[in-house]
Amino acid sequence: MKNIVSIKNLSKTYDNNFQALKDINLDIKKDEIIALLGPNGAGKTTLISIICGIVIPTSGSVSVDDFDIIKDYRKTRSQIGLVPQELTLEQFEFVFNNVSYTRGLYGKPPDPSLIEKILKDLSLWDKRNSRINELSGGMKRRVLIAKALSHEPSVLFLDEPSAGVDVELRQEMWEVIKDLRNSGVTIILTTHYIEEAEAIADRVAVINKGELLIVDNTSDLVQSMGQKTLIIDLHDAVDSLPTKLDNYNLKVLNNGLSVSYDYDSKSKQTGITSLLQDMKESGLKLKDINTEQSSLENIFVELVREK
Amino acid sequence: MMNFYAIRAIYLHEMDRMRRTIGQSILSPVISTSLYFIVFGSVIGGMIPELDGVSYGSFIVPGLLMLTLLTQSISNSAFGIFFPKFTGSVYEVLAAPISSLEIIIGFVGASASKSLIVGIIILITASFFVELEIQYPFLMFFLLVLTCLTFSLFGFLIGLLSNNFEQLQVVPLIIITPLVFLGGSLYTIEMLPEFWQKVSYFNPVVYLINGMRWSFYGSSDISILISVLSLVAFLLACIIGVAIVISKGYGVKN
Repeated sequence: MKNIVSIKNLSKTYDNNFQALKDINLDIKKDEIIALLGPNGAGKTTLISIICGIVIPTSGSVSVDDFDIIKDYRKTRSQIGLVPQELTLEQFEFVFNNVSYTRGLYGKPPDPSLIEKILKDLSLWDKRNSRINELSGGMKRRVLIAKALSHEPSVLFLDEPSAGVDVELRQEMWEVIKDLRNSGVTIILTTHYIEEAEAIADRVAVINKGELLIVDNTSDLVQSMGQKTLIIDLHDAVDSLPTKLDNYNLKVLNNGLSVSYDYDSKSKQTGITSLLQDMKESGLKLKDINTEQSSLENIFVELVREK
Repeated sequence: MMNFYAIRAIYLHEMDRMRRTIGQSILSPVISTSLYFIVFGSVIGGMIPELDGVSYGSFIVPGLLMLTLLTQSISNSAFGIFFPKFTGSVYEVLAAPISSLEIIIGFVGASASKSLIVGIIILITASFFVELEIQYPFLMFFLLVLTCLTFSLFGFLIGLLSNNFEQLQVVPLIIITPLVFLGGSLYTIEMLPEFWQKVSYFNPVVYLINGMRWSFYGSSDISILISVLSLVAFLLACIIGVAIVISKGYGVKN
């Protein structure tokens, strides 16, 4: 699939000498949803701010649809929509006018029918003549999305779209994002909610301390990096495990009524068969067995901790 | 190719701000200037002899007009760019496919338009209180437009550099207003002792006020040519200042 955004050796050091990005290389495919995952201060916002033209890079290059973001900034920016993290809206303006203003900024002639469609799609049409300061936080975030879509971008950046929104609205937002992707818009979202990345992203890029740690398909990442855990419930509680089981690094859980065993499901020898055999020979009676796949959250925590 | 829709969007957006805040944008300067005309023009002015052949009330019109134009142009423009910086909504201007020149044309053009509107309203208001005579109306209008543009650009620069509301207010209140009052808006330089006359020539506003006064009455303390040249020089200085700040990322890109 064609790359819509291509980032090469991108670095950014701010005037206060803080290095926010270190030699980032990343290709973003057309029509995908990619989540930039990282803790606060990881460099996610700096990265998208550079692509959108809000922050000047120190070195490296970025192209959008094969156009350079600095040399051909009009061509790149006109294809990009940005939903910022903060609710940065002028409070005394009217919803319809404010969304139309953004369309004008992007060099597009007024199109009231398009603005009407966008507002209706985002359930904001009833609020078109309301002032921004009369809206709830969730509605304000939707206004920001409406503004970002007002010039019909092919690439949409969402900086922490779920920050400060309730569960119901978050689910709604995810549906909106999926619909946009289905309509041919490439979505790049930053988030520190793992659940969000898992729920909607095709690929995940993990960033920490300005460095890109890994980029992979969300499901492949969970498969390849995730460990599985075997949970074995025992019939009788144990105070300590027999020495024969020392090599398995078992963890005793649930006041001695369960033990857990971490294994790599991709490995040729998971050790499960021998473990069960050794447990039987040690006289332990098994009550139940189940397995757990480590989540993206576990992988993320491990990746960030390793750095 | 210029992004005319963006210039139009910024211009109309800023003009809409004036409509929303009409009391602050139009009524406030008109009322305060009218008070000057009532007190200094009609009441006290009646006891002061003619200056340069015109009544005192008429004499102070160009100076008061200039006071309003300067403070309004600076405030409008500085606030116009500072407010989006303050709220964070400046991101959409920076992320849009707009050149720096187009941003400046939009913001400065709107600010200058607002000041021009206020200036014209003040002239009309003045005509109710004092006898108004404009010998060179085209020159007066040219100076009016040039002053609005120059000081709107200056205000834009202040807005770019300001990090808080206090910094935003410092220049119009603490620098411009005293310079206008001490720049011969209410008197001729010749009325001052010789030493203070010389000091006054270091006040750039003296040249602006005298230029405007010349267009009204055909006489002033300073040659009209020097007045116009000094205004153009300040315009160039503002253009260079804004260009430098923008080249360094508007104070927000780094």
